[in-house]
Amino acid sequence: MAQFTTLTSHAVPLPEENVDTDQIIPARFLKVTDKHGLGDSLFCDWRYLKDGSNNPDFVLNQAASQGAQILLAGNNFGSGSSREHAPWALVGWGFRAIISTGFADIFKSNSLKNGLLPVEVSEAVYKRLMEAVQLDRSTEITIDLQSQSVTALDGLETTFPIDAFSKHCLLEGIDQLGYLLSFDDQITRHEQQRT
Amino acid sequence: MEPRTLFQKVWDARVVVEEPDRPAVLYIDLHLIHEVTSPQAFTGLRERGLRVRRPEKTIATMDHSTPTLPKALWVIDDQAKAQLAQLESNCKEFGIELYALGDSRNGIVHVIGPERGFTQPGKTIVCGDSHTSTHGAFGALAFGIGTSEVEHVLATQCLLQRKAKTLEVRVEGQLMPAVTAKDIILALCAEIGTGGGTGYVIEFTGSAIRALDMEGRMTVCNMSIEAGARAGMIGPDETTFEYLKGRDHVPQGADWDAAVERWIQLRTDEGATFDKTVVIDANKLEPMITYGTNPGMGMQISEPMPTMDRFEDASQRAAFEKAMGYMDLQPGQRLLGKKIDVVFIGSCTNSRISDLRMAAGVFSGRKVADGVRTLVVPGSHDIKKQAEAEGLDRIFEEAGAEWREPGCSMCIAMNGDNLEPGQYAVSTSNRNFEGRQGKGGRTFLASPLTAAASAVRGEVTDPRTLLLS
Ligand code: SF4
Repeated sequence: MAQFTTLTSHAVPLPEENVDTDQIIPARFLKVTDKHGLGDSLFCDWRYLKDGSNNPDFVLNQAASQGAQILLAGNNFGSGSSREHAPWALVGWGFRAIISTGFADIFKSNSLKNGLLPVEVSEAVYKRLMEAVQLDRSTEITIDLQSQSVTALDGLETTFPIDAFSKHCLLEGIDQLGYLLSFDDQITRHEQQRT
Repeated sequence: MEPRTLFQKVWDARVVVEEPDRPAVLYIDLHLIHEVTSPQAFTGLRERGLRVRRPEKTIATMDHSTPTLPKALWVIDDQAKAQLAQLESNCKEFGIELYALGDSRNGIVHVIGPERGFTQPGKTIVCGDSHTSTHGAFGALAFGIGTSEVEHVLATQCLLQRKAKTLEVRVEGQLMPAVTAKDIILALCAEIGTGGGTGYVIEFTGSAIRALDMEGRMTVCNMSIEAGARAGMIGPDETTFEYLKGRDHVPQGADWDAAVERWIQLRTDEGATFDKTVVIDANKLEPMITYGTNPGMGMQISEPMPTMDRFEDASQRAAFEKAMGYMDLQPGQRLLGKKIDVVFIGSCTNSRISDLRMAAGVFSGRKVADGVRTLVVPGSHDIKKQAEAEGLDRIFEEAGAEWREPGCSMCIAMNGDNLEPGQYAVSTSNRNFEGRQGKGGRTFLASPLTAAASAVRGEVTDPRTLLLS
């Protein structure tokens, strides 16, 4: 898994709340058998016009969004389906972190397994960041995983929660399957006792 | 011993390792897979040279992108075809039982698990699909996982899990005529919102839940995820055992009696506490319908839609305004009488035999209104057979509805069954997200009774006006 230590980048503002996984990547793109190449379908129904050309009004298509690695999104991001295609598409586009006031459970767990960091901040911090980013799209935000901190603007500094285990895995780029496999003996014992 | 909840008991029995500051290793009893969320997991196994640890604990089906036109078991496009072919070869290579397209046991993953008796009280059940919560109706701990986790379960039969908090949803009282299980869960979504259950496992309790049959209980647990909860559970009782008895994969004879003894013990102990409780008065529930673009945007069908000033919070107001724009509806107006284009009766929420009987009860002796396309899609081949034995298919066809082959169909619109841009549908499925049932399509979620009544009138209709007059 891709490591995550620290990241400084400008951000893409997406103030909508409850952005669901069908918006992140519509179901018709789920017929793939590979996890790569989904970045082009990210936010597809908002991003392209009927004729397939870019919708100039959608934030991802604006010049100021290019190269951004942080998505700043409204509350309860990623609700809906368990499709891991959602983080695959976000990572495929180039995002490494999402800042919001809340994430849906399965989406959060899927993101952490793909080196995509969900950063949960307070409503007040979110509002300040959103205002600043919308005002000046080149505003840079720094996310440091070790100290679990977000810094931006003049003196905005806040911390975010992450469980110790996911943090460790992201910092070291450890993948969770390797960790699970190390419990082989205990799993065998459990199987003998209980099943 | 401390009194424990149903969730706690299932958790305790299946934890392999639990250490502070780390997620627990949780053993998985039943793993369900389908074509859409599994290919990358098998690729991962191959890349690492891993085998499937317990192939007999994984069951595969094809449902999401499968066609539903009778006698036409072709697949819509090459990509979907390739995905189905890949599931078939993966199952063959790793020794997993597959209920392929055309198999008489095929159907929607959350319909066939219980139907074949794989779903049982006390089991831990996962699937790369968020509506896995359905299986919790049997007192199982069942939840959706991502594809990385599908790979984890294939390789180790275990998952890394953090223990959820518990939310009791107590539904007391008696439902009025024409108010169904679907209305209970839509009412909960409207009450606590799509994020209201985040971080919790719900246990549904109370007299109105006890009074539901297993199919109704599955409908309720199915949409727990729409309230943000990963899982919904109901303590097993006589209704549960009666449903399961004699099914393909449940214990038989003396083993059955022993299993029932064990299963009864799973129910939440007197005095056990939940982290949070929400109470719903069943006596006061009415048929529900959604008006917006998430399942929390719902109301009683006779009510007007909210007005802007109902929302104090600016971002909630913005979300509501955006939903109204997408749906092309006016705040404060009623949905009753709104012209519709399509009715969809199906999905893992409402495609079981009792759902079809409810719909047929409305269609019997009536016709689908001119200009309304109505699709009735059973959840499995077993259900289809049963419905045909009861003559329900004829009722649907005589009414002018289309009777289809089983599958997810217009719930997710991956198989060619979809709404056209701008169309309005009353749908018995579980998600009204933008574009969920087809790009630009607009969905009103409701019960099978409401959907069928709306098909007959060609507009959003309170089923009580047809059934109780
Ligand atoms: S019927 Fe709909 S919600 Fe259920 S499994 Fe199929 S696509 Fe998912």
